[in-house]
Amino acid sequence: MQKISKSFGGVPALIEASLEVMPAEIMALVGQNGAGKSTMIKILNGAYVRDEGSISFNGTPWTAASPQQAQRAGISTIFQEINLIGYRSVAENIFLGREPKRGFGLLDWAKMNAESAALLKRFDVKVDVREPLERFSTAIQQMVAIARAVSFDARLVIMDEPTSSLDEAEVAVLLRTIRQLKAEGVAVIFVSHKLDELYEVCDRVTIMRDGRTVQVSAMKDISKLHLVAAMLGRDLAEVKKRGATAFEESSGANIGGELLQARNIAVGHRVHDASLDIRKGEIVGLAGLLGSGRTETARAIFAADAKTSGDITFNGQPAAFKGPADAIKAGMGYCSEDRKAQGIVPGMSVAENLTLALMPALTRSGMLDEAKQREVVDRFIKEIGIKCAGPDQKIRELSGGNQQKVLLARWLCMNPKLLILDEPTRGIDVGAKAEIQMLIRRLASNGLGVLMISSELEEIVEGADRVFVLREGKTVAEFDHQNMTESKVMHAMAHGHDT
Amino acid sequence: MMKGFRISPSMAVVAVLIILTLLGAWRYDGFLGTYNVQTVLRYNSMFALVALGMCFVIMTGGIDLSVGSVAAFSSVVAAHLSGYGLFPGLIGGLAAGLFAGTLNALIITRLKIAPFIATLATMLAASGTALLLANNQSVSVSYDTYFTNLGQGDLLSFMRPEWVDAEDAGFFAGVIGFILSFPTPAFIALAAYIAGAIVINHTAFGRHVLAVGGGTEASRLMGLPVDRTIFLVYVISGGMAGMAGVILASQFGAGQPIEGVGWELFAIASVVVGGTLLTGGNGSIGGTLAGALLLGIIFTILNFENGMGWISLSAYWQSVVRGVFLFVVVVLQAKLANPAKAAA
Amino acid sequence: MSAVSVTKKEPRNFNRAAFFQRYGVGLALILLIIFNLIFTPNFATAQTLAVNLTQVCTIVIVGVGMTLVIATGGIDLSVGSLMAIAGAFSPMFFTGQLIPVDNLYFGIALGIAFPVLIAGMFGLFNGWLVTKFSIQPIIATLVLFIAGRGIAQVSTNGDLQVFKVPEFQAIAIGRVLGVPFQVWIMLAIVIVAAFILHRTVFGRQVLAVGGNEAAARLSGIPVSRVKFLVYFISGLCSGVAGLIVIAMNSAADANLIGLGMELDAIAAVVVGGTLLSGGRATIIGTLLGALVIQLVRYTLLANGVPDPAALVVKAGLIVLAVWLQRQEQA
Repeated sequence: MQKISKSFGGVPALIEASLEVMPAEIMALVGQNGAGKSTMIKILNGAYVRDEGSISFNGTPWTAASPQQAQRAGISTIFQEINLIGYRSVAENIFLGREPKRGFGLLDWAKMNAESAALLKRFDVKVDVREPLERFSTAIQQMVAIARAVSFDARLVIMDEPTSSLDEAEVAVLLRTIRQLKAEGVAVIFVSHKLDELYEVCDRVTIMRDGRTVQVSAMKDISKLHLVAAMLGRDLAEVKKRGATAFEESSGANIGGELLQARNIAVGHRVHDASLDIRKGEIVGLAGLLGSGRTETARAIFAADAKTSGDITFNGQPAAFKGPADAIKAGMGYCSEDRKAQGIVPGMSVAENLTLALMPALTRSGMLDEAKQREVVDRFIKEIGIKCAGPDQKIRELSGGNQQKVLLARWLCMNPKLLILDEPTRGIDVGAKAEIQMLIRRLASNGLGVLMISSELEEIVEGADRVFVLREGKTVAEFDHQNMTESKVMHAMAHGHDT
Repeated sequence: MMKGFRISPSMAVVAVLIILTLLGAWRYDGFLGTYNVQTVLRYNSMFALVALGMCFVIMTGGIDLSVGSVAAFSSVVAAHLSGYGLFPGLIGGLAAGLFAGTLNALIITRLKIAPFIATLATMLAASGTALLLANNQSVSVSYDTYFTNLGQGDLLSFMRPEWVDAEDAGFFAGVIGFILSFPTPAFIALAAYIAGAIVINHTAFGRHVLAVGGGTEASRLMGLPVDRTIFLVYVISGGMAGMAGVILASQFGAGQPIEGVGWELFAIASVVVGGTLLTGGNGSIGGTLAGALLLGIIFTILNFENGMGWISLSAYWQSVVRGVFLFVVVVLQAKLANPAKAAA
Repeated sequence: MSAVSVTKKEPRNFNRAAFFQRYGVGLALILLIIFNLIFTPNFATAQTLAVNLTQVCTIVIVGVGMTLVIATGGIDLSVGSLMAIAGAFSPMFFTGQLIPVDNLYFGIALGIAFPVLIAGMFGLFNGWLVTKFSIQPIIATLVLFIAGRGIAQVSTNGDLQVFKVPEFQAIAIGRVLGVPFQVWIMLAIVIVAAFILHRTVFGRQVLAVGGNEAAARLSGIPVSRVKFLVYFISGLCSGVAGLIVIAMNSAADANLIGLGMELDAIAAVVVGGTLLSGGRATIIGTLLGALVIQLVRYTLLANGVPDPAALVVKAGLIVLAVWLQRQEQA
């Protein structure tokens, strides 16, 4: 793939990016959210059409009109959320769309089952292929997806974060399968955020950032630290630089006593042992690569998901919240990472969205106190500078930054003690981003405790008073403001132990 | 996870049906007698046909509310055409059903309107058209042709050998006689179910029906013809409703423009009781037949029970019992489905 | 680019679909009235008005409950059966059949309060299935659609209960200011419900649950309780409608009360502009939707078109309304 460019509605997603994979090579493809990995993959497998650039496959120019066509031509994609049909049998999932027939249009089940079993055996998977797929573990399901790809005589298999929901043993099986593919001469593009896996199985790595290919290197020639640095766009030699964000230097003078303490939190198989604490008036950063369990930890603290184990103390009391409503009552607020799916109610107005959590306080015997609502809404629109035509404008018509401000206001009007912000500035233009960052600092200096999850290192390093680093579901490091540098945080994200 | 033998929901409903039948045979005289069996099968074969079409639709995750009024509509068409002979009536009624099914399919796949609403509209339209065609009254079928044989005849009665009815005929003869006494509509329904089971279990289209219901987006990514599959299931459902309408007209000697009220929900209940997931993707043709017969047989059992004189339950209890059956099934399904999802 | 940003006042895009979505029902109603004023003889009479309003009363009352249920993203198929339950039980109270009551008015009060509450209780059962077991509303309410009418039939043995109690029947056919009392009941329910939906915390919660359930839960809204309540209200509305039907007929027939009502109510809600996927709802729209459907039928009838043709037109109206919704969302 050479000089691929692609824009969505004028916003460039890829700028002259390139990617090259040799036969029987395992190529790692890494980058942060929005680096352009998915777009690149989707252009290659025919889900998107490129604006510019050229692709050649097996030495000939290549264009796929659809994922199905790409699959027939030898490029198969295995998505993060497995795109198979859980209720159908293993064999069917391998053969759906080109089932072997016996004549009269009837299916040849015997052949289908035998071929499936033989195919899976090549990867050392022995299962009853007549059983529904959903009865098997995610790893087996991944394997079935790979077998399906191979049965199409794939020459190139693209795997988009295949290991994100696997446990360690399952990952080992998957990696073995990938090596098996390589041994059969199949090329693999492997997208993952788990560095150890990349080093274990990949030959080379392509690093993308902001829609460009920034580095291609043999895996053995690049250290984890360099790799993370390239992903995040940090020059290791660069001296500590200040001012990339609008966070003001915190004096730390207003930081008070302990507000929240979370010990040994475990949730599902994403979070195993996360611990952190937050003091009043403090901004605590939660750093980690994608898939390290940041969001899951935050949701567990807010009681949006049930934790498997661990203890949380909030405001001196053991917190046994049954759901978000309890957490809110106790004085927490949570701005989720996915504004659209979990934040805004798109059909409602700015005012209605802003007061969604405040409603109990706006009630006068069941009725909404419109005057009070108007007063609150007007105050916050002015105070945090929400740009809208008026409180009655539908929130979906607002820009991302202004939507985010409304969501912040939704919690601020509650006068919370702790605010959990999951990627508060993602997908927001530069101006609004600076305003939100200044706002967060101002709130903290008024005594609010803030837990801030961010994938942007400068936001963490410059904004947070302290930072906890998560790696594969475990808290691996803690830095206070004096000891916090980008390279240290990166090091912890990459290696897991602080040095 | 559970290991070993699993009882699928459709096996459970077949078991319940068998147990109830055996119970009936043991407890009531004439429960398995020719007259009773004929009556039950003749009447319920219409519902069974409609439920079969509904089963296809539900397997894709859709729903078809129009089946009842489409059956009424095609019964009117069939009655009008019955004077020209058996086949014009049969084909006309079937075509009417297929037409309504195609209309559903077009509204759903082209206008992208939710099946619930699309088929609700077709239900009203079919009902209106039926009343218009019938001039607001039932339309007598012609008794000059063989048309009424479709609903009232017994397909294999002509080949019934005499020895079957002999005084000292053994068990074997009894079974033969039993089967030979099945009414024609039961054979039509049976043929449709066998064909349906083959289509679902042994053709690519059938597997695609289940795949689309199991994951529309994943099916699309696998290159399956999703829209075509969805289109066809509504046509099939319309066709089945059409066939039910033909039998309706033939059996009762008249096209019935106001029949069919509530058939759709009865059909949905049969499908769900038969172990097919209302969300689509998993189901059983045999289970649907068992579900339809189970809901149908409850009425018969109530009748016989009343005849025994021990208790007196009105026929109306059947709705209550059917509702309870549905309740138990959906709650069990939900209990089985939810923990699995949480663990995945 | 200059440093000073100039806000250009763009002519607001005229979104035709959105316009029809918002004002389409009202517009259609006005057009229908104008058409009838010109072409239909004796249209502008109190008689015509009363006939048309009486025809929509029960549909609108049930439609109000249905609107709230649909606003949360649900649906209630059991309304017709709950009407039958309320209608079947009511005469047992005011005829003293169940418990002998000396005072007629007390009996009537019981005969109104109890059946409505019973219907509400069955609504709670729907809510229980939907929230506790996460059963899809369409199948959860199908249980009572089937069993509910059976309960009504069983409790009356399927017999027609004929009665002549003018004091009770006043709730349907009595007149206040020349307008049938049931129309007043309908208006009262519409106004109260519209007020609840737009002015109370509960109404806001209903729309938030339908608009984005995940966001609503994260904002501390008691999602389950809200759903419980809408099914309860839908049950209550059905109960009231069931009583009006028997009062009008001066008889209760469990086989017929509310038959097919679920579809009429859903049609009115959809034509009225409530989003079937939830999150946007209009009670007034439901009233107008029911009126439009009724008036189309009346217009066709009055101009010599046979009644069944109105069904076909109604089908077209429903598809059109939902298609317009889709255009606006796209």
